[in-house]
Amino acid sequence: MTTAVGTLPVLQVRDAAKRFGAVVALDGVSLDVAPGEVLALLGDNGAGKSTLIKAISGVHRLDSGSVTLDGVDITNATAMSVRAHGVETVYQDLALFDNLDPAANFFAGRELAGPSWLPRGLRLMSHRRMAERTAELLDRLQVRLPDLDATVALMSGGQRQAVAVARAVAFSSRLVILDEPTAALGLRESARVLDLVRRLKDDGVAVILISHSMDHVMAVADRALVLRRGRAVGQAAPTAENHGQLVAWIVGAADGRAV
Amino acid sequence: MTERGEALVTVPEEGRHQRVESEPPPARGERRSLHGYRGLTVALAALRAGPPAILMLLIVVLSVASDVFLSLENAGNVLKQSAVICVLALGQLLVIVTRGIDLSVGSNLSLSAVVGALVWRDQGSATLAVTAALATGTLVGLTNGLLYVKGRLPHPFIPTLAMLTAASGLALYLSHSETIQGAPPVVNEIGAGRIASIPGGGDVGWFPTAALVVLAVAAVMVLVTRSLVWGRWIYAVGGNPEAAVRNGIPVQSVLISVYVVCGFLAGVAALLMMGKGDAGSPTSGALAELDAIAAVIIGGASFLGGRGSVLNALTGALVIAVLRNGLNLLGIDPNWQYIATGVVIVVAVELDVVRGHLESRFRSLQAVSAP
Repeated sequence: MTTAVGTLPVLQVRDAAKRFGAVVALDGVSLDVAPGEVLALLGDNGAGKSTLIKAISGVHRLDSGSVTLDGVDITNATAMSVRAHGVETVYQDLALFDNLDPAANFFAGRELAGPSWLPRGLRLMSHRRMAERTAELLDRLQVRLPDLDATVALMSGGQRQAVAVARAVAFSSRLVILDEPTAALGLRESARVLDLVRRLKDDGVAVILISHSMDHVMAVADRALVLRRGRAVGQAAPTAENHGQLVAWIVGAADGRAV
Repeated sequence: MTERGEALVTVPEEGRHQRVESEPPPARGERRSLHGYRGLTVALAALRAGPPAILMLLIVVLSVASDVFLSLENAGNVLKQSAVICVLALGQLLVIVTRGIDLSVGSNLSLSAVVGALVWRDQGSATLAVTAALATGTLVGLTNGLLYVKGRLPHPFIPTLAMLTAASGLALYLSHSETIQGAPPVVNEIGAGRIASIPGGGDVGWFPTAALVVLAVAAVMVLVTRSLVWGRWIYAVGGNPEAAVRNGIPVQSVLISVYVVCGFLAGVAALLMMGKGDAGSPTSGALAELDAIAAVIIGGASFLGGRGSVLNALTGALVIAVLRNGLNLLGIDPNWQYIATGVVIVVAVELDVVRGHLESRFRSLQAVSAP
């Protein structure tokens, strides 16, 4: 399967391996993601999807193998430094500050403030600039929120997901990893989040999408990679005719071709 | 009780009902759910106005019940009596916003007052005495913060409980369990003085200088919580500590800093207390921590962290002070003051619980009616 765009991959994972005691979580997984490509990671519970994305985002250390981003080796870099390289991960818990408004969520830890000769904590925040930047970004991603001054706690599941995804891409992201972004959402809200994924793609951002919903994967992903027991067992375009094959790989009913 | 229970059950029923009905004809349905919306918005606004509403209610009731209550002189008394609680509450607020608690502020106040009075008695320098009191308070706060964060004690309850007894013991030891008489004139002026230039109180004035101290501290706190990056971090740490770490917020420093500020303000409160009594007493702050915590809670701050405002915490402190003052004026047994404070705490938090329910109702309604 060729990548969607004929450019160099943003992310390359080679032979990633990870054990937790006697359990082999990852057993030599390799993958590439190109700019503007949506790669779906499929697999049953315990297949190694979470371990893989945590290894990429710097939460877990790999036992062997490598991760490169734009040609730079980021294997086993810290979570903070992986973020600094432009890899943002939106976990299922979203990690939002429920007590703060969207702008405060976007800029948490990187508030726009001055003057610069003061220590960071003592600087005066520029509420107006942060609100403007937030509104611009939400506008670009076509996320509509009823009230930008309301705390995130007052928002619906889809709006919260949208805020978390928007925050992930707010700061010149190269790769966004979405862990089950539609798991807790209804039909309409899911559709809105999938729209958002498409817009990331249009912006040239690479996306890794973990989802249990084959419909959602078929709706937005360019490519689906199936993990089973820590190995990549097959990959195919998530189309209607490949549906049966993908499911067979997920449940282990058929041997996939080597990746 | 049952009335509230019913209200809580009927609101969601309405919401669900509207959703089912509104799905096929979108235009009509949308208008309907907006209606439910507006009712909720009003109810929420009323509940969010909670603490000031409680204070206003108290003031109205007491001014009807007592002719003296609304006089400027009595207002001055209330402000003077509430100054210590106000200052302590503002420090406690920051701690509670980070999901913490500082049980040591009362003992810290006693210790700082004793140290200040001892330095004044032995050195005779007002500057030294004031500095010593403030430094003592700050140091106690720093110790709390370090014990909690660097000592990895499981909850701030523990280091500050230890500090409650330790600081209290140290205050009694240093003072030989006796009140140290005398305080610097400037401290007396701040703690007991009245500003004659504010009209309405005759030659002496009615407006206490201590209230100016409270206003100054409150102004700084408003600046910190609303405008400074550090203040934003305090709320972020309280809202979601794990996300704060992931976002690169220096969580440990933020946590230590709130205990330092809380301790410093206990030192400020000690100066007010010294000035009021022209002395430093080793028991002057006994149980003051409970008033401070009560004020913050009545002011609508959440024990779960992340929520609470400076003005509401001040309002909470005033509620306690007005309640005591009013019951005093009405000649009611002083013990009723404590009972009444207990009732107000429960009522205030109960209102807050209802607010929480309505907010989640608001959220699901919004999901239904969003375009």
